[in-house]
Amino acid sequence: MPIEYLKETPSQTGGPYVHIGLLPAAAGLATRTQEQQHILTGAGERIRLTGIVMDGSGHPVRDALLEIWQADAEGRHNAGGFLGWGRGAADPVTGEWMFETIRPGQVPWRDGRPQAPHVSLLIFARGINIHLHTRLYLPDDAAALEADPVLRSIEQVGRRATLVAERTDAADVPTYRLVIQLQGEDETVFFDM
Amino acid sequence: MAPLGDIIRRDRLAHPQAFTPAYKTSVLRSPRRALVSVEPGPGENTGPIFKANILAPLDNDLIRNYAKDGEAVGERIIVHGKVLDETGRPVRNTLLEVWQANAGGRYRHHNDSYLAALDPNFGGAGRCMTDDDGNYFFRTIRPGPYPWRNNGSDWRPAHIHFSLFGDAFVQRLVSQLYFEGDPLIHLCPILGTLPDDAARQRLVAKLDMGNSVPFDALAYRFDIVLRGRRQTFFETQPEGL
Repeated sequence: MPIEYLKETPSQTGGPYVHIGLLPAAAGLATRTQEQQHILTGAGERIRLTGIVMDGSGHPVRDALLEIWQADAEGRHNAGGFLGWGRGAADPVTGEWMFETIRPGQVPWRDGRPQAPHVSLLIFARGINIHLHTRLYLPDDAAALEADPVLRSIEQVGRRATLVAERTDAADVPTYRLVIQLQGEDETVFFDM
Repeated sequence: MAPLGDIIRRDRLAHPQAFTPAYKTSVLRSPRRALVSVEPGPGENTGPIFKANILAPLDNDLIRNYAKDGEAVGERIIVHGKVLDETGRPVRNTLLEVWQANAGGRYRHHNDSYLAALDPNFGGAGRCMTDDDGNYFFRTIRPGPYPWRNNGSDWRPAHIHFSLFGDAFVQRLVSQLYFEGDPLIHLCPILGTLPDDAARQRLVAKLDMGNSVPFDALAYRFDIVLRGRRQTFFETQPEGL
């Protein structure tokens, strides 16, 4: 018999009221109302990330809760006082979500090759039994995207574009938008990492 | 600095699948293509480090942290346990967040319209951090079961939602804790998304009379296991170099 390890505690859906525990003010609780977890502060160029999560019938997932995790402007994690993590809720009416952060630097992959600038993204919602893990890539450097080792590990070349945000500078800061499709023709790539 | 060992791959067969039609909401919210398997990189083997100073003194006491003119109504309980990784190491100083319905089964959330009353002294949100040995505890009231629209009116067993980080982004875990002996456990379509009874049992807190506080609160013990980290005995020669 192989060595037995402890078994990971199984996942269950965050449910429709996930905001109570993770973003209480978004649930309507008069608690921790000063928290602005969708705003990440650190040294670097300010950018805005926006998007929407769509279900298999083309309707927005308005109760989705998202978390991002990213490197600092120098491509480092847990460095220089930059938390690198944020949490935001989809708008309960429109389903739109938004983060304000800094432009992430290039992080070396396991073998030293540079990864294109990106943030990692987790999605929690009612009906999602185990959170979904994807990435939002910034579109600006086409050569870096072409060479990105994680994008290259997606066998179906056409699916790689599901992770690349669109630049939509309507605001005063560089703004990027990613539509995440949970199902369908253009289903977003989700990772098991 | 020596590189961190990789987080051990997730045993997806021990978790619910995405598409579980008996839980109807999963039907339109489940990806239908296979997840893309990739080894974790530097951004997956690390995760956010939260400082204990984000916590307020009553964050781990749901009986008092939303009190207006008295304490929350309900069966007073303490929930405690240890957070370990799959290799048995304690997960230290990691953030645990919890949320739940009140004793009547009603959530303080703008989307919950269940007829049970809100408790003016109960918010339903709490958080704490594990200590240097991976131990945690919080105090609350036992949440009530409640009906929800799925196959007609299904009933959720009493449960407390919880969320953990570990020290790597891919150790992230959100799940639900149930209570030993609850007859609704075997009827619940959400528990039914789990692959087997062994998985369901890993989400059941056990009554702990030894740690119950006389004339005050019952205790329940609930240990949690996050993905483990591989040791770095020998580093693989990087591919392509």
